[in-house]
Amino acid sequence: MDYFLSEEQIMIRDLARQIAEEKIVPVRAELDETGEFPWDIMKTLAQSDLFGLFIPEEYGGLGKGSLELAIAVEELSRACLGVSTSYAANALGTYPILLFGTDEQKKRFLPDIAAGKRLVAFGLTEANAGSDAGGTQTTARLEGNEYVINGTKQWITNGGVAEVYTIVAITDRSKGPRGASAFVVEKGTPGFTFGKKENKMGIRASATTELIFDNCRIPRENLIGKDGAGFLVAMKTLDNSRTGVGSQGVGVAQGAFEEAVKFARQRVQFGHPVITFQAVQHMLADMATSIEASRALVYTVSRFIDSGAKDVSKESAMAKVFATDTAMKVTTDAVQIMGGSGYMKEYPVEKMMRDAKILQIYEGTNQIQRNVIGQALIKEAARNR
Amino acid sequence: MRIVVCIKQVPDTSEVRINPETNTLMRDGVPSIINPYDMHALEAGIQIREKAGGTVTAITMGPPQAEAALREAISMGADKAVLISDRAFAGSDTWATAYVLAKAVSLLGADIVLCGKQAIDGDTAQVGPEMAEFLDIPHVSYIRKIDDVSADRIIVQRLMDDGSDLVESSVPVLLTVVRELNTPRMPSLKGKMAAKKAEIGRLTSSDLNADENNLGLRGSPTQVRNIFAPETKKDRKIIEGSAEEQVNCIVAELAGMKCL
Repeated sequence: MDYFLSEEQIMIRDLARQIAEEKIVPVRAELDETGEFPWDIMKTLAQSDLFGLFIPEEYGGLGKGSLELAIAVEELSRACLGVSTSYAANALGTYPILLFGTDEQKKRFLPDIAAGKRLVAFGLTEANAGSDAGGTQTTARLEGNEYVINGTKQWITNGGVAEVYTIVAITDRSKGPRGASAFVVEKGTPGFTFGKKENKMGIRASATTELIFDNCRIPRENLIGKDGAGFLVAMKTLDNSRTGVGSQGVGVAQGAFEEAVKFARQRVQFGHPVITFQAVQHMLADMATSIEASRALVYTVSRFIDSGAKDVSKESAMAKVFATDTAMKVTTDAVQIMGGSGYMKEYPVEKMMRDAKILQIYEGTNQIQRNVIGQALIKEAARNR
Repeated sequence: MRIVVCIKQVPDTSEVRINPETNTLMRDGVPSIINPYDMHALEAGIQIREKAGGTVTAITMGPPQAEAALREAISMGADKAVLISDRAFAGSDTWATAYVLAKAVSLLGADIVLCGKQAIDGDTAQVGPEMAEFLDIPHVSYIRKIDDVSADRIIVQRLMDDGSDLVESSVPVLLTVVRELNTPRMPSLKGKMAAKKAEIGRLTSSDLNADENNLGLRGSPTQVRNIFAPETKKDRKIIEGSAEEQVNCIVAELAGMKCL
């Protein structure tokens, strides 16, 4: 279906697709097997200017928005979610600086990020702070001109490989929701180390590690936004990154769907290609419909965000929850359509199914997304009364 | 350093099929690409510029639609592009093509001229070396590695059947390259956007001051009569004897086949 993309958006889509088909598809099975971080592919993405997609031109980026990012992420995800997560997590990690950083901070960090010279990670999650961000225990104590950080972040994407980390830590516990602040910490800062790399069900090419802060001192200038604005920074960051996760869902679903169709056309049983059976056709029809609906929702919400809308929480949550639930169902159905072959590592869909699961969990579980939507509905109803 | 890269727009022959009735290539609807060997030449040119500075100009002799290939070259990183196009060039064989390209290179000025080893539609591998002769500059072909480039000399490795030769040449020089030389980069978004807006230079036969007797079908000493997939007949004869006896035998056989 034609989404009336601009010439530049088509250019971005075609370039991301070319990279996906030529550089990612040939190595995705091996990356999944070894769990090796795709440095070569990151280099290609950097050289093709894709890291700077959403960064303003004045800082060396291309000044594009959520829709362009969604388009690029979708194409990469169609090939491999592990790789697309490694790419998309940079946007997640950069949004705090983009949305709340000072001009000096932007000048200091954005150009290298746009050039793909330094990868980024977002550190919010902890052992006691998953869906409940209020359970954060990492602290940042102001001492003269420095903040001293102590604590451990868990399951951080791009942990260890990124050089720039935007984290949230408690600066004044007595202030409750206003008691956290956001900071930038650079790799190599004394007192900042990494824990083991997690062994995951899927997106195995993506590096997931603990971030360990032990009296890690950072300059005062590394505070992002106002003291106490930490949770606000996190919430706004997630509002903006949800469409990216949604587009990951669209991409992996599209990839799995195409594999299922390809297989069903040539697999013959009872004297006919299985795609001629109504049961299979109905499954494929439902898959295709839900993928298109997910894509339309992700694109529309992206355009809404790019229009400068002030409050996008509800819509971005809808895009994330719908597209990622679709991805899980479509990848599962793709395995089903391919039967025994779908279960074998020889075919790419079992990996896609394993990969897709995380989409329903990270960046706000789909249960939390429904909470967000519910709260927004209540607020709207109260306003309209 | 003035680097000129010669490219050719060709049909993607991996997609082309042979018409079983006429035995010719079916070109309709086949996408056009930059000749794969020329992509390696472009990459080499860009890498030389990154190391030694200068400009990379992509040129092509072709019909107006070859402009798309030039824009693709710019999206990869070429600084400028020139389309050499004129009705008079139609039907050119490698001699006439090399003549025109050499004229263009003379006009533009070049220190290093890079060409792909051969075009995947013509497969002669003649144009590069012929150009060098027209330009009266040295050429080294089948380059698999560029060891050093400076303003007055280059050191390269030429791929041979049994290894490679280390060759030093003065500059200006023409090089033809093989796939082993490098991995062509993906185009960049900034490059693609620049390519869209870029002004492509144009040269016609009068701009080149070309002698019309050397152009097009009329200026081509060779003419393609037919393209066909030959039947492979396997006829073997094993020749015995001393080296001299074998040579005499072979010469007699070839003369008998009217090959000598």
